[in-house]
Amino acid sequence: MRLTCPLCGPRDRREFYYYGAEDYLDRPAPDAAPQAWDDYLHNRDNPAGVTRDLWYHDMGCSSWLAVTRNTVTHEILAVEAVADRKGGAA
Amino acid sequence: MRYSGFKVITEGLFGNKGWKPAWRDPAPKAEYDAIIIGGGGHGLSTAYYLAKNHGMTNIAVLEKGYLGSGNIGRNTTIVRANYFLPGNSEFYSHSLKLWEGLEPDLNYNVMHSQRGLINLFHSDGQRDAFARRGNAMINQGDDAILLDREGVREHLPYLDFEQTRFPIYGGLLHPRGGTARHDAVAWGYARAADRRGVDLIQNCEVTGIDVQNGKVVGVQTTRGAIRAKKVGIVVAGRSSQVAAMAGLRLPIESHILQAFVTEGLKPVIDHVVSFGMGHFYISQSDKGGLVFGGDLDFYASYASRGNLPMVEHVMEAGMTLMPMIGRAKVLRSWGGIMDMSPDGSPIIDKTPVDGLFIDCGWNYGGFKAVPASGWCMAHLMATGDSHPVAARFRLNRFATGHLLDEEGTGSQHNLH
Repeated sequence: MRLTCPLCGPRDRREFYYYGAEDYLDRPAPDAAPQAWDDYLHNRDNPAGVTRDLWYHDMGCSSWLAVTRNTVTHEILAVEAVADRKGGAA
Repeated sequence: MRYSGFKVITEGLFGNKGWKPAWRDPAPKAEYDAIIIGGGGHGLSTAYYLAKNHGMTNIAVLEKGYLGSGNIGRNTTIVRANYFLPGNSEFYSHSLKLWEGLEPDLNYNVMHSQRGLINLFHSDGQRDAFARRGNAMINQGDDAILLDREGVREHLPYLDFEQTRFPIYGGLLHPRGGTARHDAVAWGYARAADRRGVDLIQNCEVTGIDVQNGKVVGVQTTRGAIRAKKVGIVVAGRSSQVAAMAGLRLPIESHILQAFVTEGLKPVIDHVVSFGMGHFYISQSDKGGLVFGGDLDFYASYASRGNLPMVEHVMEAGMTLMPMIGRAKVLRSWGGIMDMSPDGSPIIDKTPVDGLFIDCGWNYGGFKAVPASGWCMAHLMATGDSHPVAARFRLNRFATGHLLDEEGTGSQHNLH
């Protein structure tokens, strides 16, 4: 499997570190209810089909990437830098 | 029909014409006292122990494919009780005891082989960790023997003891560990449950879970609606999809785990052996194939097939440990869909929906747990209370902080 990094181009899967579902981008407020933190950290949709998750280009440009891909076919549909997303942190 | 050596001989004398199907093929009834979704190892053992231990025989197992068509049909068949943490330790100890009495109990040959399991260590620190683990196993009443390098050499003379990168310091021997014939475990439980009156319904996919006023009332299936006041979800890698039918979101992420089998060879590896410096473990099946595997591919997937980087890693680890296997040809490989929990330990618990129970989160270690998982899930479904040896497998433990993190790496989906 290859991911196309927006900065580096198509690169081998081994250059990337998988973090998890894009739920991690919706960090609750510090005073949010415990349920919100449990959902953020642990509970997942875990779809069989199209999903969006976060990868880190560990052995490349050190970008955090939001990858849209299919968990059934391993097809990569889109890769964007988290920093380029609306409201995304650098 | 009771199976026995005498029966095999008499059938052999009369052309094997007297054998009957091992279980019935019933049509689903309109209502059952309890329904188990999932006809794999854990679901079938749950059904068997509901019938045997709790007298619940008006129950059904619903399986979308054929019985034993998921992870029980393709795994590396290791049976062991070498866990460290309270919560895991007593559960797997209970499971191993059930394994030891399983064949007469089920009247089925599951080819349980207690050939001994050796976990190798390669540094002083690892030796200390394994000594602690061994002591925990002994305190639990199970068996563990700490071997030094020469002790390992007596058991496993074929390892590469000369290599300097990952020197073998010794190993932790678990003599009661071993393997079993994975399909036979599913078939044995299926037949034994059927003989007690459980309906095993195949080609029956659950498409919805009916909930009224917070209580489960039945399920929708491809073979019609079926009513039941108790429903157990026992579907391993598909847990998130089935639980979502009842509006639940689980602390589960499904990952791929690959495994490999070589061509059949003469007996060469007598134990189950694991390499402590890379995720690699191996045993030899009774047919002669070397059965081995490694770590997850480490990203969420339902593809049932893995990627080459982990194939390469597993082969390298195997060659490092026992160079002789480089001559064997790999016949096939496959990827199983693992229901990974954040802390790497399972869940057997009620859900927020009254009457709906879940048994999931088996990660990469569900096979050895099949007997105790079914035993404890049956106890939970019949009595409404957790069985004492599964009391810590709670669904909400990630929120409450009562984690069972056997590896000590943290409670996060990508770490186990």
